[in-house]
Amino acid sequence: AGMAAVLPLLLPPLLLLLAAAGPGRARRDALREELLLSPLPAGDVAATFQFRTRWDADLPRGAVSHYRLFPKALGRLVAALGVRELHLALTQGFWRTRAWGQPPLQAPAGAELWVWFQPTVTDVDKAWKELSNILSGIFCASLNFIDSTNTVTPTASFKPLGLANGTDHHLLRYAVLPREVVCTENLTPWKKLLPCGSKSGLAVLLKAERLFHSSYHSQAVHIRPVCRDASCLAVSWELRQTLTVVFDTFSSGQGKKDWSLFKMFSRTLTDACPLASQSKVYVDISPKNKEKELLEVTPPPASVHEAIVQGDKRTYAVYDLLSPLLFNTSRSLNVQLKWKRPQDSSELPTPILHAQRYVSGYGLQTGEISTLIYNTHPYRAFPVILLETVPWYLRLYVHTLTIITKGKENKPSYIHYQPAQDRRRPHLLEMLIQLPANSVTKITIQFERALLKWTEYTPDPNHGFYVSSSVLSALVPSVIAMKDVDVEQSPLFTSLFPSSDGSSYFVRLYTEPLLVNLPTPDFSMPYNVICLTCTVVAVCYGSFYNLLTRTFHVEEPSRGGLAKRLANIIRKFRGVPPL
Amino acid sequence: SAQFQLAVPVAVVFAPGSVPGDLPRSLPFRDVQEMEISVNLRPSITSRYEMVYRRTTAQEEAALDVATAREADAALHPLQDASLGSLTMYVVPESSSLLPQGISVYVGKHRSALVRAGGGLVALRTRLQQLTQVMSFTASSISAALSDRVPDGQLGPDARRHLKSSLGYEITFSLLNPDPKSHAVDWDIEDAVNRYVQPVLDKLSLVANFSVDSQILYYAVLGVTPRFDKESSSFLLSAHSLPHVINPVEARLGSSAASLYPVLNFLLYVPERSHSPLYIQDKDGAPVSTNAFHSPRWGGIMVYNVEAPASPQVSLPLHVDVDMVQVMEVFLAQLRLLFGLSREELPPEFLLESPGNEGLADWELDRLLWAHTVENIATVSTTLTSLAQLLDKIGNIVIKDDVASEVYQAVASAQSAMAELAAGHLHLAFQASKEAVTSSERAFFDPSLLHLLYFPDDQKFAIYIPLFLPMAVPILLSLAKIVREARQRKKEPTKMD
Repeated sequence: AGMAAVLPLLLPPLLLLLAAAGPGRARRDALREELLLSPLPAGDVAATFQFRTRWDADLPRGAVSHYRLFPKALGRLVAALGVRELHLALTQGFWRTRAWGQPPLQAPAGAELWVWFQPTVTDVDKAWKELSNILSGIFCASLNFIDSTNTVTPTASFKPLGLANGTDHHLLRYAVLPREVVCTENLTPWKKLLPCGSKSGLAVLLKAERLFHSSYHSQAVHIRPVCRDASCLAVSWELRQTLTVVFDTFSSGQGKKDWSLFKMFSRTLTDACPLASQSKVYVDISPKNKEKELLEVTPPPASVHEAIVQGDKRTYAVYDLLSPLLFNTSRSLNVQLKWKRPQDSSELPTPILHAQRYVSGYGLQTGEISTLIYNTHPYRAFPVILLETVPWYLRLYVHTLTIITKGKENKPSYIHYQPAQDRRRPHLLEMLIQLPANSVTKITIQFERALLKWTEYTPDPNHGFYVSSSVLSALVPSVIAMKDVDVEQSPLFTSLFPSSDGSSYFVRLYTEPLLVNLPTPDFSMPYNVICLTCTVVAVCYGSFYNLLTRTFHVEEPSRGGLAKRLANIIRKFRGVPPL
Repeated sequence: SAQFQLAVPVAVVFAPGSVPGDLPRSLPFRDVQEMEISVNLRPSITSRYEMVYRRTTAQEEAALDVATAREADAALHPLQDASLGSLTMYVVPESSSLLPQGISVYVGKHRSALVRAGGGLVALRTRLQQLTQVMSFTASSISAALSDRVPDGQLGPDARRHLKSSLGYEITFSLLNPDPKSHAVDWDIEDAVNRYVQPVLDKLSLVANFSVDSQILYYAVLGVTPRFDKESSSFLLSAHSLPHVINPVEARLGSSAASLYPVLNFLLYVPERSHSPLYIQDKDGAPVSTNAFHSPRWGGIMVYNVEAPASPQVSLPLHVDVDMVQVMEVFLAQLRLLFGLSREELPPEFLLESPGNEGLADWELDRLLWAHTVENIATVSTTLTSLAQLLDKIGNIVIKDDVASEVYQAVASAQSAMAELAAGHLHLAFQASKEAVTSSERAFFDPSLLHLLYFPDDQKFAIYIPLFLPMAVPILLSLAKIVREARQRKKEPTKMD
């Protein structure tokens, strides 16, 4: 759009002047933004941003095409492709559950996409392909590599998070690209979807050079239908953009665990996004180990919020950016946290549910995938759904599947196994396993490595092939009974996953991705062979050619050249008659 | 290749008392006029006007017996041949009071016109010819449609303004509010679209599919800092800085991810408080009355100034309700411009009826169809030619059966489109040309035809260099030897002498 021309408009009386539009109607969309800062047990700090746009409109009907806060690109996508629920996460790094505790929102390393389609969608696979291609364009990610070889349809692990009547899992597609590297080019389009961009509000803190200089970075987009009000007669659409980042302040702060917004983001907050109806910063100041408060947050928070999050009672200092009092004393908000005395980093509180996965075995033919699932709850057993997707080139031997808890075999109450088809679809293994109290469950399965065709190897094949994280979904029993709270009033970080009842809470964990070496040929070999055979052929050809074209004629004996004289000298030494 | 002929059926209807004395035959009779359109193109394009001269029927006579031309136009509409592209011209007596003083041609909302008789057959013929061109196509409208295939020098400055013919268009209205802290801008776009844009698009739905949506973008700024003018205490954007305005905004507009149709952007820019009021200056430095400009093949931008509050202590943000009538007038005019529907300079005795709320007269739709049909056929021929060139370049490319059938389909449709054009069936020709475009694009963009899938020949040579190089050594050596010996043999006879 380079050229431009001033338009001298000679307007014919095109429009009959009609009465002006009616008075401003009630806004039907609202934005809430929120930042949760939580010091992690190991001395790191996790910052979780959530931006929620709620739109009281029926998106998929296609009737709505006038967008205000909801981004048009995503809205059109949902309407055009019949998406009921969309969850996309792009993650760099791995959330260390053992050291950092239960994550507010975890995602597997790389890219994860799971989508529920509307029942009206006839060809789900086609819509899924189209969707991943378009998303790949929107987010500058390699989601276009999602195809049938890495897509599965889980039957139990991924239930709709929003409103849903009927959960026919044929409408669900799930894919993970563990190789995906997440960087600035993925963050920029993500920020562009925010109504305020990164110009004001909490998003000013999202500076790429700091965010990617961290131990863990995960950005996500969740779109789902929700109830418009308590009576739930109408549907609203919710877009949640979340971003979690973990800073290692301990090593960068000379062994001190103190941190501030400025230290982490090299920015401070000056205002709220003018479009937001709520803009809050929460700081987790829950006392650890039932001791007296060790933390000191400055500036002193205006209010304190107490909530039961993930089965634990937590205390949060709350800063409301929309309250005029906050910016009265100083022009910017730089939340700081100091530890009153050096904290003995004795034992870390272990999370109730965590897991570990590794690949074992030697050689390039067979191997074994082992998953360890820990339940550290002292007296309650609970079930967990494990989802494994393994690429087709690792051929699983299902008869070797063993699940052992406390030395005894643990029989899963539900197994869904879909075997892989070469170059068509991956293995899918879903199991419902009961975890006894205070136990470790070991799940092992053996596999054989397949030989790939030479064009199927990824670039740098000697690096290895990734196997995506396995997914654990569980309702973990809560230590403290939870109260039913109004979702609209509670902070955003508590309200993505629906809570079923007061005694347990939903947790979804991802294990480490695996890196498996496959038998890799020497890719330069074909060229070497060509070179070698060509040289041999050329030498043969050369001598044949010489033989055929050389003219032989008798030459008068002469004293000969230098070579002959040399040869004669040597022959003389050897006592052989000269030539 | 084949003759490119555009036939326009024209009916010339003489009202009683308007028949010129020097008619060659008695009414009714037929007559054909052919004209070459001077576009430097192969195949050349000829236009063919198939004129039918006849007298008015009783019904038409009654319809013409009204007070004004507008009423006559409305009354005549149900009596006409309703097919696209066909024109009816009513010749009224010289003394008729239907046409206002000084007006000799009146073009109605539909496919008919009223022409004042007088000056004999030759004068009438020139007038009719001029009128036919206005209502169907002119050489310039056809060459504008082919602007991508005509060398630069032959085109006027506006020729490349028109949107390319496409099966669909997406129209996006964006409200840019760079300063949401001071201005809370609301626009009732839904109502405005339904009221003003939809009637036009309903009419245009014959040409292409349209989808309309709108969005509000906050903190979207123009790429140019406007200049402050002390005299008028306002900010000015000069015409030469306008090209730089669009690029930074465009990054925020968002692409049309869900479809492949071209997007028409209409931006309403509410300048930030520190830069208001903002006016656009034309090349002479005078402010542009509409405060808007358009960018060819892209869309238009309008600056909407917010009135400064009377008292400075007013609480921010200031609530602004956009006057959509004012905005839509500009945007609709720009929409017409982008589709090449701007009304050309006409002699003063021509009077064009305003299209009313539909925004578009029937004959303007025909003009668009003529141009788009020609453009579609030209596009098909270019697409198929480049496909053929690709196949010539890569000899071992695999053409699948479905690609081949698409190509056959495209050729057949294009041929039928040309045949229908020559027969004067505009609607059928346009449909066929659309089908031809669809099939040719499908064939051309078939993923199996990606030329990267095929080894270029130079790489094959690179692989075989280890073979060819050592083999070349003895051959070259013996060639050198032959040359040496030949030279020696040449020298030897001279020695003998």
